[in-house]
Amino acid sequence: MILLDRVSKTYSRGSKPSLDRISLHVDPKEFVIVVGQSGAGKTTLLRLLTREERQTSGKIIVGGIDYDKLKDREIPLLRRKIGVVFQDFKLLPNKTIFENVAYALEMVGMGNKEIRNTVPKVLDIVNLIGKEDSMPMQLSGGEKQRVAIARAIVRQPRILIADEPTGNLDPKHAWDVIKILEKINRFGTTVLLTTHNQDIVNRLKRRVVTLKDGKIISDRANAGYKI
Amino acid sequence: MRGKRKLITLWRVIHTGLVNFIRNLSLAIAAMAIMVVTLTIVLFSIIVNYTFSHTISQITNKIDVSVYLKNRVTQSQTDKLISEIKAQPNVQTVQYLSKAQALAEYESQNSSNQQLLQAVNETSNPIPATIIIKPRNLNNLSSIKNFLSEPSISALQTDPPSYSGQEKEAIDRITHATNVLQEIGVVAVIIFAVVSVLIIFNTIQMAIFNRRDEIQIMRLLGAGTWYIRGPFIVESIVYGLLSAIISILIINASFQASSGTLQASSLGLLDIGYANSFFDNRFLLLLTIQLSLGIVIGAVSSLIATRRYLKFKTK
Ligand SMILES: Nc1ncnc2c1ncn2[C@@H]1O[C@H](COP(=O)(O)OP(=O)(O)OP(=O)(O)O)[C@@H](O)[C@H]1O
Ligand SMILES: [Mg+2]
Repeated sequence: MILLDRVSKTYSRGSKPSLDRISLHVDPKEFVIVVGQSGAGKTTLLRLLTREERQTSGKIIVGGIDYDKLKDREIPLLRRKIGVVFQDFKLLPNKTIFENVAYALEMVGMGNKEIRNTVPKVLDIVNLIGKEDSMPMQLSGGEKQRVAIARAIVRQPRILIADEPTGNLDPKHAWDVIKILEKINRFGTTVLLTTHNQDIVNRLKRRVVTLKDGKIISDRANAGYKI
Repeated sequence: MRGKRKLITLWRVIHTGLVNFIRNLSLAIAAMAIMVVTLTIVLFSIIVNYTFSHTISQITNKIDVSVYLKNRVTQSQTDKLISEIKAQPNVQTVQYLSKAQALAEYESQNSSNQQLLQAVNETSNPIPATIIIKPRNLNNLSSIKNFLSEPSISALQTDPPSYSGQEKEAIDRITHATNVLQEIGVVAVIIFAVVSVLIIFNTIQMAIFNRRDEIQIMRLLGAGTWYIRGPFIVESIVYGLLSAIISILIINASFQASSGTLQASSLGLLDIGYANSFFDNRFLLLLTIQLSLGIVIGAVSSLIATRRYLKFKTK
């Protein structure tokens, strides 16, 4: 499903690489946790997968699509296949919670009736029923995070990328979020999760990829947290 | 299914454009003001141009050259002269009035002046037989003039031919005014059109700048280029459409205001009555022209702006 072959990313010429010859293979329906200290390159890795950034060298193939052969106009189609929970949420500030989630469906041409059916179901999954008409500004950090998750899963993507989706949450809510991700994973979505939360890593017992200074220093199944 | 999705998407793009238009109204006003000026000038130029050419053709029809024949000219000499005149290159029609016909014409033209009529009737018809020539091209009367002043021809005439000179002058003035106005009109339209495009361009650029974070998010969520670009273009087309309608309203209002006061006065050469009826009769056509121009100006400027600032780029 995801294949990286000696991928490097250097943001600006001359600076040291944020990712340094990363090779990674993720099978369909796999659940992978990426851990690493702040600045290790986790977000950078995810940005390469969504084509927000282009790799400086190496090969990226996702769902059979070779990113070197990807034309600019094909990028939107690629992004619609990947659900992303951004570390900084990236909610649309002028839209209500409902509209934020609906936006992901509107752009693919889904009818209003179907949207009105689908969005509440997803908001229910992330426990945000009753907040439909709030603006993002009026929500707590954790609530925003859950909106971001709802938006990422509403299109039922084959791949879900979640960048620190538990960053703003207390342990109980953090675990709720993780359970949502596990559920989605059970339905067949490949999940890529980055986190700092040692407790979560230990409880999940999933494959853990550890980054340090842009390099993979370990990649183990059923691992616990260890940096 | 695919078609329906496209339709839904198109509607969403239009809807977003309209919503953004209202949200940006304060920015939009400057863009629309200049566009209204442009389109009003265009409309005004069209109307004035048509009115002038109407006036010219009206006066042109009235212009003629009259040749006054001596009493002793025989019928055969007259016939020969007429056929010679007809053979001249710049002659459209030739009409012959015998002394009696010329008198009748004279009387009907001066029916209000009893004294004059009496004086004419007391003597035995002083009005000469007349040949009336309608030239084809008023700016080229010299060939007719030259022909009529040939010694053998002028020997047949009582007076030198009359050229209804005053009206020729009027035509020259109107033609001149039309040419000047056309030139001014074209230059003004070009200048204002360019300024409109620049200002709309700037407005859209500003709108893109204000929403750059939002746009970036939309992109990351997988919105296609046209899904993002479309609303900006719709928005500026709305500027164009509204400006076109306002320009029509302005012209309409000025006709209403002028119908009483200006009728025969300050604009002198401009036949406001005709201009007004032209505006009324061709209303749909003029409206269409204005709306299309508005759409084109709006679309072109936002197409350029969005092309420049919404270009899909990945580093
Ligand atoms: N847009 C950018 N331009 C230049 N350098 C960048 C950019 N984004 C990230 N970097 C650098 O790349 C390195 C990796 O950053 P990245 O955001 O991937 O870290 P991270 O593992 O996600 O950290 P965190 O846990 O704090 O989110 C850092 O040294 C950072 O300064
Ligand atoms: Mg990060």
